[in-house]
Amino acid sequence: MDWSLLITQLLNGLQLGLLLFLLASGLTLIFGIMDFINLSHGSFYMIGAYFCGSVVAKSGSFLAGIIFGLAGMFAIGALVEWFIARKLYRADHLDHVLVTFGLILVFDTLVHLIWGAAGMAIPLPDALNGQITLGSLVFPVYRLLIIFSGLIVAAILFILVTRTRLGMLIRAGASNRTMVEALGININRLFLIVFALGAAMAGLAGMLIAPITEASIGMGNDIIIVAFVVVIVGGIGSVKGAFYAALILGLIDTMSRSYLDALLKLAMPVTYAETAAPALSAMLIYILMAAVLAFRPQGLFPPAGMK
Amino acid sequence: MYFKLIRTAIIASAIAVTGAAQADSVKIGFITTLTTPAAVIGEDMKNSVELAMEHIGGKMGPLDVELIMEDDGFKPDVGKQKTDKLVKQDDVDFVVGYIWSHVLLASAKSVLDADKFLISANAGPSQIAGKRCHKNFFSSSWQNDQTPMAMGEHLNQKGVKSLYVMAPNYAAGKDMVRGVESTFTGKVLGKDMTKWGADAQLDFSAELAKAKASGAEALFVFYPGKAGGAFIKQYQQAGLQGTMDLYTVFTVDSIALPKLQAGGLSGVLGSKNTQQWSPDILNAANQRFVGDYLKKHGKYPSFYGAQSYDAIMLINSAIQKVNGNLNDKDALRAALMEADFDSVRGKYSYGNNHMPIQNFYLREVVEDDQGRWTTKIVSTVLTNHQDPYAKDCKM
Repeated sequence: MDWSLLITQLLNGLQLGLLLFLLASGLTLIFGIMDFINLSHGSFYMIGAYFCGSVVAKSGSFLAGIIFGLAGMFAIGALVEWFIARKLYRADHLDHVLVTFGLILVFDTLVHLIWGAAGMAIPLPDALNGQITLGSLVFPVYRLLIIFSGLIVAAILFILVTRTRLGMLIRAGASNRTMVEALGININRLFLIVFALGAAMAGLAGMLIAPITEASIGMGNDIIIVAFVVVIVGGIGSVKGAFYAALILGLIDTMSRSYLDALLKLAMPVTYAETAAPALSAMLIYILMAAVLAFRPQGLFPPAGMK
Repeated sequence: MYFKLIRTAIIASAIAVTGAAQADSVKIGFITTLTTPAAVIGEDMKNSVELAMEHIGGKMGPLDVELIMEDDGFKPDVGKQKTDKLVKQDDVDFVVGYIWSHVLLASAKSVLDADKFLISANAGPSQIAGKRCHKNFFSSSWQNDQTPMAMGEHLNQKGVKSLYVMAPNYAAGKDMVRGVESTFTGKVLGKDMTKWGADAQLDFSAELAKAKASGAEALFVFYPGKAGGAFIKQYQQAGLQGTMDLYTVFTVDSIALPKLQAGGLSGVLGSKNTQQWSPDILNAANQRFVGDYLKKHGKYPSFYGAQSYDAIMLINSAIQKVNGNLNDKDALRAALMEADFDSVRGKYSYGNNHMPIQNFYLREVVEDDQGRWTTKIVSTVLTNHQDPYAKDCKM
């Protein structure tokens, strides 16, 4: 057993999981509190990456890119809520899906018009391009940075949701929206904040991944499906659930990509294992989702009071 | 009643129009990817086709050229739909293009069953080179296995003993892996096939960690389009540079290089790849193509563009030979078979399966005199090379 490989893969899984959490936490709040299915959440992820990339290209500072990117995403989230989502809360889920699917096309085409089809590379400062070496363990600095920022955001979100008045309202909204409204809370403002916060976090995920994979059109559409899986496995509306589910899915995905072929080779001929392993590892998270839906349809950690 | 009349009138006029058009024009349908991030490849092909049209003055022999571009959206099912549209609705004479092997495999039957000519400007799946070869199929590129075979040969020459292999999990990825394994005489210590398509995997953290742990001397990858840039970046971030040399096919090209340069990834300079073409090949056709492309678009064309340019020139040469008579398919086919035109890669010929028999070169990434990153030919690895599937083709 190669321990340094195992630790590297655990860190890789953790990094993927935290990235998924950034996306899924906003999605689960919007889905859970407003009962609004936002397929275009992945577009926020893409736009965040492009925003950040443009600022980095102009200013040369990655940190400035993140800060301006976050502010921009908060504004875009608020605008989308104000002009589009707000009109749809009372509509059917199918209408949500149709409108937000349309939004995906609009955002993809806008990005194509503004930035072109080529995608955008985001250069990192030299300090972040290096590796940290610990014995035989070598890990990219930047991926560690993603892990740390993911954990910090998760901690802030945890405090926000469990320790503040806003968080109390969010939790109350996720458990019983009608009751919150009946108590005279300005639900519109609450929705606006949650939506914008979700957009900013999705944007942050995009900004963090773009220096690794480059920003490209439709990058959010690939990952939003997995984010929905996280939401369902974790329990709709539950930030805690999203956190655990994202880590579980991130680890499952990375570990199966790392070890499944070796494992399958023990049981079947090499050529079969080589074909089966990538297919199976792509399926595993959906198999987990199916299992959760079958045996615990409310998710692993549903919000309190939700039935 | 009225509706029926109108409909008949429309159909009648449509037949009249296409009937008239067929006499003095040739219709070419071109399928590539114009949306999704792979659109950068499609744009390069489109630019090159348009340049070829300018160079021939919009005419092939006595015929005007009518060009119809379609987007496959990087999906086999969409590619097939668009192919059906070109064949049935537009009634084109030639269907050209196809970046992706899985899209070509899904679409080929529609073209060939309708007795039209199919010219692949990129994809070269083993199936169509071998058992499924067809008299009306021609390639202006290569068979998938050939370029990695050249790379395997180069690795042997360099004395590389062990290799780790990574490629996307689809038709071409499998051909590429088979290609390099067929010529490489050292040991392949590990292999990863990653998810591909519109939702392709772009984060290779787990695979790179495995590659490193395998202890292989060198890493061979095939990652076309945007995945290439992402891969090179992560290879460098993972600290593999200097410990595990990188050898690529169809990954480091004129599409990836400008972005790698913008990202300051200087590690790619000096890296080697194999290809049947390079911007610096010295012949009049190539100098005109690359020169005019640089002037018009301010960047180097890629091999995708070179092959698309060649595809148009190939059709042009054949139509000139038959003097514009598109009805004589046998004569047209024989004319295509001669490949009697100034290809930008230099002269090549067709094998029995209508795949090019051509040279493959080792290219190095260098900086040109204006500071742009491009590729330069170092040596010829395979001379007049024919793909290994030609023997399976009964033609």
